[in-house]
Amino acid sequence: MSIPQQLILTFISGGIICVIAQLLIDLTRLTPARILVLYVSLGVLIFAVGAFEPMQKIFGAGVSVPLIGFGANIAKGVREAVDKDGLIGVLTGGLTSSAAGITSALLFGLFASFLFKTKSKRM
Amino acid sequence: MDSKAKKQLIKKHSPSTTILKNSIMAFIFGGGICVIGQLLSELYSYFGCDEKTCGILVTVTLIFIAALLTGLGIFDKIARHAGAGTLVPVTGFSNAVVSQAMDAKSEGYVMGVGAKIYTVAGPVILYGLLSGVIYGLIYYIYRTVEQMI
Repeated sequence: MSIPQQLILTFISGGIICVIAQLLIDLTRLTPARILVLYVSLGVLIFAVGAFEPMQKIFGAGVSVPLIGFGANIAKGVREAVDKDGLIGVLTGGLTSSAAGITSALLFGLFASFLFKTKSKRM
Repeated sequence: MDSKAKKQLIKKHSPSTTILKNSIMAFIFGGGICVIGQLLSELYSYFGCDEKTCGILVTVTLIFIAALLTGLGIFDKIARHAGAGTLVPVTGFSNAVVSQAMDAKSEGYVMGVGAKIYTVAGPVILYGLLSGVIYGLIYYIYRTVEQMI
């Protein structure tokens, strides 16, 4: 697949995933925080049924950048850890694979609180 | 105001038009952020990163950009139009963490920033891990049974 073709597929798939969330916000009483929780759990489920990896091959960042990808990443870490270490991997895999995302978000959050003052509130 | 203009005004402010507009914006911004992620991924793999490192670097880069834009107050302005378009990508997770940390600054760095930084991140991490553990147990049992047969 050429890069422009890949980018079109990425754009469409990422867009659709966001539209579904937008419709859930507009049509139901789901708050943004609940959408995030729903999407992470959904990502684990999609990975668990074996659909995520084939989807990622086709859509690339279109499915891995939304929080579904974050969930799938947790599930992938768990699977790898179970393969490697057995039952204890159930407890170690999830945080291991998501460590970079969680640590960087928390650290950048802390640094931002040193550097910036709040202008408006959200969520 | 004549009745035609009135009708148009009503149509403009009716929920269905708003929902359509929100969806289009979410599609464009959400798709756009994913495209940026894909471009970053192509860039990092061009510089010789393997697939796993690439994925991590893309996530961290997007989290950094979103954190910076949140700090500068630009993220909120974009998010007001983009809705779920900026929320659902990992940028939304970053924004939630950073904005909570900034809001809690006045309450101190331990029970303020330290605790409230997890307001949105906490639930996301908790239920992500819960789902992961449930999957892990099922996968472990499945694998064990498969090996016995």
